[in-house]
Amino acid sequence: MTLRLDARIPPGSLAEKWNRHRFEMKLVNPANKRRHTIIVVGSGLAGGAAAATMSELGYNVKCFCFQDSPRRAHSIAAQGGINAAKNYQNDGDSIYRLFYDTIKGGDFRSREGNVYRLAELSVNIIDQCVAQGVPFAREYGGLLSNRSFGGAQVSRTFYARGQTGQQLLLGAYQALECQIARGGVTMYPRTEMLDLVVIDGKARGIVVRNLVTGAIESHAADAVVLATGGYSNLFFLSTNAQGCNATAIWRAYKRGAAFANPCFTQIHPTCIPVSGEHQSKLTLMSESLRNDGRVWVSKKPGDKRDPRQIPENERDYFLERKYPSFGNLAPRDIASRAVKEVCDEGRGVGESGLGVYLDFADAIKRLGIDVIRERYGNLFEMYQRITDENPYEVPMRIYPAVHYTMGGLWVDYNLMSNIEGLHVTGEANFSDHGANRLGASALMQGLADGYFIIPNTIGDYLASSKPQKVDTTHAAFKAAEDEVEERTKRFLSIKGKRTVASFHRELGQILWHNCGMSRNEAGLRTALRKIPELREEFWRNVNVPGSDVELNQALEKAGRVADFFELGELMCLDALHRTESCGGHFREESQTPDGEALRDDENFAYVAAWQFAGEGKIPVLNKEPLVFENVKLSQRSYK
Amino acid sequence: MNLTLHVWRQAGPKAPGKMVVYQATDISPDMSFLEMLDVVNERLTERGEVPIAFDHDCREGICGMCSLMINGVAHGPMKGTATCQLHMRSFKDGDTVYIEPWRARAFPVIKDLTVDRSALDRIIQAGGFITAPTGGAQDANTILVPKESVESAMDAAACIGCGACVAACPNASASLFTAAKVTHLGLLPQGQPERYRRALEMVDQMDLENFGSCTLHGECQEACPKEISMDTITRMNRDFIRGRLIGTRA
Amino acid sequence: MGSLRGFYGSMVGKKVVMGVTGLIGVGFVILHSLGNLLVFRGPAAINSYSHFLKSTGELLWALRIVLIVAVILHVIAAVQLTQQSRAARPIAYTKQERQVATVASRTMRWGGALLLVFIVLHILHFTTGTIKPAGVFSPDDVYANMVTSFRIWWVALFYVVAMLALGLHLFHGAWSSVRSIGVSPPSPQPLHHRISLAIALLVWAAFTAVPLAVVAGIVR
Repeated sequence: MTLRLDARIPPGSLAEKWNRHRFEMKLVNPANKRRHTIIVVGSGLAGGAAAATMSELGYNVKCFCFQDSPRRAHSIAAQGGINAAKNYQNDGDSIYRLFYDTIKGGDFRSREGNVYRLAELSVNIIDQCVAQGVPFAREYGGLLSNRSFGGAQVSRTFYARGQTGQQLLLGAYQALECQIARGGVTMYPRTEMLDLVVIDGKARGIVVRNLVTGAIESHAADAVVLATGGYSNLFFLSTNAQGCNATAIWRAYKRGAAFANPCFTQIHPTCIPVSGEHQSKLTLMSESLRNDGRVWVSKKPGDKRDPRQIPENERDYFLERKYPSFGNLAPRDIASRAVKEVCDEGRGVGESGLGVYLDFADAIKRLGIDVIRERYGNLFEMYQRITDENPYEVPMRIYPAVHYTMGGLWVDYNLMSNIEGLHVTGEANFSDHGANRLGASALMQGLADGYFIIPNTIGDYLASSKPQKVDTTHAAFKAAEDEVEERTKRFLSIKGKRTVASFHRELGQILWHNCGMSRNEAGLRTALRKIPELREEFWRNVNVPGSDVELNQALEKAGRVADFFELGELMCLDALHRTESCGGHFREESQTPDGEALRDDENFAYVAAWQFAGEGKIPVLNKEPLVFENVKLSQRSYK
Repeated sequence: MNLTLHVWRQAGPKAPGKMVVYQATDISPDMSFLEMLDVVNERLTERGEVPIAFDHDCREGICGMCSLMINGVAHGPMKGTATCQLHMRSFKDGDTVYIEPWRARAFPVIKDLTVDRSALDRIIQAGGFITAPTGGAQDANTILVPKESVESAMDAAACIGCGACVAACPNASASLFTAAKVTHLGLLPQGQPERYRRALEMVDQMDLENFGSCTLHGECQEACPKEISMDTITRMNRDFIRGRLIGTRA
Repeated sequence: MGSLRGFYGSMVGKKVVMGVTGLIGVGFVILHSLGNLLVFRGPAAINSYSHFLKSTGELLWALRIVLIVAVILHVIAAVQLTQQSRAARPIAYTKQERQVATVASRTMRWGGALLLVFIVLHILHFTTGTIKPAGVFSPDDVYANMVTSFRIWWVALFYVVAMLALGLHLFHGAWSSVRSIGVSPPSPQPLHHRISLAIALLVWAAFTAVPLAVVAGIVR
């Protein structure tokens, strides 16, 4: 049984689509809005903005987050900035250019209609955020300042020092708190969604666990919005926060929502290298560092000299060499792979050999130490705090790390999944970034979804589907609660020998080596053999201490890791089936003679939407063909 | 390196708590403080004991979820650094380390080292925002903001809401937290219409949440991982006085 | 009236009251300490100064009332704030290391209590003459009252100790009052910090000089 995946892209020219769609959507009478309850899971940019805005419109919103406050969602950690096609710099930017850059950057694996709308709305986002008091950087005259970022040839990135994500999130958080005070939003912090409840084919609520008391509770609604972020933590080591998890989207998948392009993961080139076994997370150094830093390694393999002692002619500035027109600013997937390549050749630096230099010596010579300090001071400090090395004197060492997942639940133009009433926003959906996301575009997508798209499209859904009243006494809620309860008890009853973290670390290793920066059939098959073995051991031998009626962080983690096993397997399956290389998905079997990614548009210009077929069964692959009416598919070249 | 830890253990909000001694052995100086606790917890789990609950999330010093009073200092000995970015190289082999939760009536303990900081959210609810419903904004460049103002606003806006200021304050006052938001929004032209009302409402909420008063010891500014200045408190008081005595019209 | 109650009802409002009344006190002690220095110019100088003050009649009383009200408000607000702050941390830390709090800032409460006791005794001693440690008191001869009292070692010692407390209280109080009432400009090295230090040192030195001079026999 395959799904009918209708993207429901409105007709008309690109520029008309969203406008026209907004007119054609049905509206909910203002007086009726408060009778509709909407559940929003997640309080980051996509969730917080959606909850606040829908409450402003008059809906009755319930918002959930696992952190102790909505202000802590991981959107907060985005450093570099947010793109918008304002063309304030008069450098030739336009909505169409942002659209084109994003489609091309995504290696032509996203929908034209969605991406164009994103570029269109980028403009409104900046206006909205400024009105909220987001302190974006300014010029002396008081106008907004921009920088170029992550592979873009125009300056369209708005930023607030190295804390843009934080400031945007605080804007959304403050709007959300304002609505909480007004009574339009009920906030449930320290609460984790553990199941989705579907009644008559429609998403009607969720089952959650109160992380403080352990109580399993149900919440009913007319529509559910998942804004729960990405699944980079599959890899154990990633730049994501410790709590980031895939449980909400995975539970939805198991209730029938299609999971699209799970193998599209982004590896960010500029992270601080791993220092040891104990490491719990990787720290990203903003991509903006590549504006002034030069990436290099020694020409000789195994060169253990102090970098400052290596003469200029023995250095290989490999990004500048391979990609003369973009140089150190080559897009993330390309830069990451180039780094991996030189490390595989044994030219990596640092004790582990897994790292390359990011050198500011030239920039300091050219611009002076004060300019560099002003631009990157806080990043340099952070680097020094973690590594105990002074980047003003010694080149930084960087290595790629998993950072973002482009894949996610399949959604249509209205951001609704194939389960009616289940909407998915932000990183949790698959929609806008194709096979690779450009820098400073995640914040843009989260806020476009949250502030501008979902508040409109949800009204259309409610007005046209006219959901019947349902409350948590319905049998479906009881059944879901029982399942959650049973699963929780099961974790506690295993009482095995290994900790949750040890399983997670091992899973991460399997995925990083076989489904990381480059993938091949043999490796993926190995992973597909090892993961089920490890999962089987997990369910037999995991040790989850404590009880289920209290704050139990090991129990929370166990549930998340259990889902990572299953999602990890699906990711490898997807990577195995997609025998082309595109964006962040690099199949070694599919490359050009000079080692660049080789797409196969004839066979793979589609969205791979996987459908749960039952425990132990191979998921069903559904294909949504990608239609390109406006852009010509070209080989991505940054040379 | 090896350390002796004295850790506050408390099974639940109402349970009695006490300091318990643990040995942390074979700790690498490259570990972060929280990674050291991870190791301790792994070993506790392997021994069949209940691991120590502590709040943490991003582990890169920005989400504000981590806390901990380390040897009597909020976020530990390194200035301008949250616990998650504190590394074990700041300690010496053989050190004894006291680890306690934030202590304030407004921050009740949930379990072990985790506390409930929702009082800070309620202070924001009282007025820590600019009322700007989605959709009504004019073009961003029509609002001119002097670079100096936006820099000062950003200094205050950098607050991560961790609560270290409260934890470090001898009076358990939330003045720095509240003042940082009053200052961030009060320095921007967009924040002017609600400026005085905001200061009044937030200050009143701070009192309702049972925080203490500010005696200007300066401990908050010292503990703040974002090094927010207590100049913001002067500003908050000024806006409060103006709002109370003259009125909230801007 | 509602807004005044709202004002005082808030902790910030109370701090402002403490700041304003504190600054009144600062002004008073500066003038008082300068006046005391007249003792070094002989009995005539200080006695005529005292006589001049008393001759202002209602003005003197007005000032006295302002001072008394200021002290009362200062003390009431301090007591209330102390109670609120103590209640704000019901469980103390096992270990807490102060990083920057000064001796001055940390002794505001106990030092303040000591000063209150001192002020009462001081008024009973030199203003009303109710307490006569030397057995004599002459309302018209301030100079003699000072010299006879401070020749008694424990009276001199009590004043010297109290003035130490005053100096500390002044140092933290003077600059923090300016901040509490919201008028200090933002700066990492604020000027008012140094001015406060100067005021505290000056007042402490001027007040302490008198009993010490008597003990040392310089003023006799």
